[in-house]
Amino acid sequence: MAADPPPVRIRRLSKWYGAFRALDGVDLTIGQGERLVICGPSGSGKSTLIRTINALEGFQRGEIRVDGIRLTRAPAVVTAVRLRVGMVFQQFNLFPHMTVLENCVLPLRRVRGLAPAEARDRAMAYLAKVRIPEQAAKFPAQLSGGQQQRVAIARALAMEPRLMLLDEPTSALDPEMVREVLDTMVALAADGVTMAVVTHEMGFARRFATRVIFMDQGRIVEEGTPGGFFDTPREERTRGFLRQVLRGDG
Amino acid sequence: MNFADNIDHPPLLRRPVVLLPALALIYLALLRAHAAHWPVVVSVLRGLGIAAPDGPAAGALVAAALTVLTGANAWLVLGLKTRWQIWAVWVELALLVVAFFFSFDLSYSFIRRKIWILISIGLVNTLLISASSIVFAFILALAGAIAKLSGNGVAMGIANFYTSLFRGIPLLMQIYLIYLGLPQVGIVVDAIPAGIAALSLCYGAYMTEIFRGGIESIPIGQWEAARALGLKPADTLVRVILPQAMRVIIPPTGNQFIAMLKDSSLVSVVGVWELMYLARTQGQSEFRHMEMMLTASAIYWLFSMVLEVVQARIERHLGRAHGR
Repeated sequence: MAADPPPVRIRRLSKWYGAFRALDGVDLTIGQGERLVICGPSGSGKSTLIRTINALEGFQRGEIRVDGIRLTRAPAVVTAVRLRVGMVFQQFNLFPHMTVLENCVLPLRRVRGLAPAEARDRAMAYLAKVRIPEQAAKFPAQLSGGQQQRVAIARALAMEPRLMLLDEPTSALDPEMVREVLDTMVALAADGVTMAVVTHEMGFARRFATRVIFMDQGRIVEEGTPGGFFDTPREERTRGFLRQVLRGDG
Repeated sequence: MNFADNIDHPPLLRRPVVLLPALALIYLALLRAHAAHWPVVVSVLRGLGIAAPDGPAAGALVAAALTVLTGANAWLVLGLKTRWQIWAVWVELALLVVAFFFSFDLSYSFIRRKIWILISIGLVNTLLISASSIVFAFILALAGAIAKLSGNGVAMGIANFYTSLFRGIPLLMQIYLIYLGLPQVGIVVDAIPAGIAALSLCYGAYMTEIFRGGIESIPIGQWEAARALGLKPADTLVRVILPQAMRVIIPPTGNQFIAMLKDSSLVSVVGVWELMYLARTQGQSEFRHMEMMLTASAIYWLFSMVLEVVQARIERHLGRAHGR
């Protein structure tokens, strides 16, 4: 019996716009229960990398397997992959015309095909998990940024994906709200949710990650455990980046 | 929005530099229009037991009295809350319009005699044509907008050609082309279906652009979130994008429908007995043109107001997520 395929296996992935290499031969495997933090300077390809995993962006060369499924452009394959991948965006992207609960129920009903009561119960369970069940009847505009992002996490999580992708989930938040979102992610980690997070919160990355990768110019330059990565980075580019981002961190 | 730093604070009409010249203008206009001889003024004065005024002094006196009344009225209305101001102004202006109508010395017995035919045939046809055209134009606009945004060259080409052609030639010409032109290639269309087709195609073309603008106003992140959740394209459009786009689409669309209600009168050129046509022909027989024109106008206005109310209700419903 072969072991279950890992949530994500990427081989020699390349993507370019004209002459610009957004991704340049990336190899990456994300194992079950792993908490991967992806960091790097802006334009290094970290957001592009996680957006290719659920086919929000295409790629030219290489291979992506999600839960063993090889990603192609066939609609059925794309849908199958998206069912296994939850995505959280920097700008939350909640549907503003729907209440919090309706936001979570819509994909459960229309994509998972759950009955109304079942979808509602599951949505409420995940809103409770991010600790805002009492906001279920409100519209997104009535919530703070931190609360909106927690709803977005609950909405993605309620689909029960094999892994969660979070693209700079705290970058659009006021400083006092960053904490509640990071705490939510730590709580998910305790539940064993597989996550890949693009973030600039290095203190959080050190506590949260099981593995850190550093990207620059579309390549993975360095990867390692948080301890090794932050304390004894091998590459000069990593050291330069860490000096930059840790300057204000104390 | 009455902030102290608004340009309209204190209210423009309360400033002497505006109020006094305005009153002076009103006075001169009343004087020039011989307000003292207006039937309504004469009958009011008679009611008060004053004989019909004559001579320049009496004229000046009446004009001055009316000017003072106007000023006092403006002052009173300005003291009301904004909500009531709107109502008060509406009622006063409506009364003025009605008074204007009554000043024509109309034959009400003629209107009473003819109004039923205006309503039972004219209004029914007008509403039938407008309502069907609204539905078809809405469908065409939605299809046109989706085609224009589809990224499919053939669909975009068809949609572009469609909006260009039907926005580019006069509606009157389109009605003729469908009613008189299509029979040339063996397709005979009745007058009413021809009118509905022309109105739908023409307004659908204008509304395609409104719908396209509305859909494009929705941030790309909404599409991405829906795709990432695995929603199908149709679900994304119907449940995520269009409900939001409707907030942008509804106000100009309401405009189009109100315009269409009256443009439906063009269909009379192919012999449809709609409201405007009947108003014109019924009045002709006894040289009572004004009676029929005013009656038809009142009916058009009434139904335009119905559309305005419908539009306001839809806007309120769509705006509820935004605390407005």
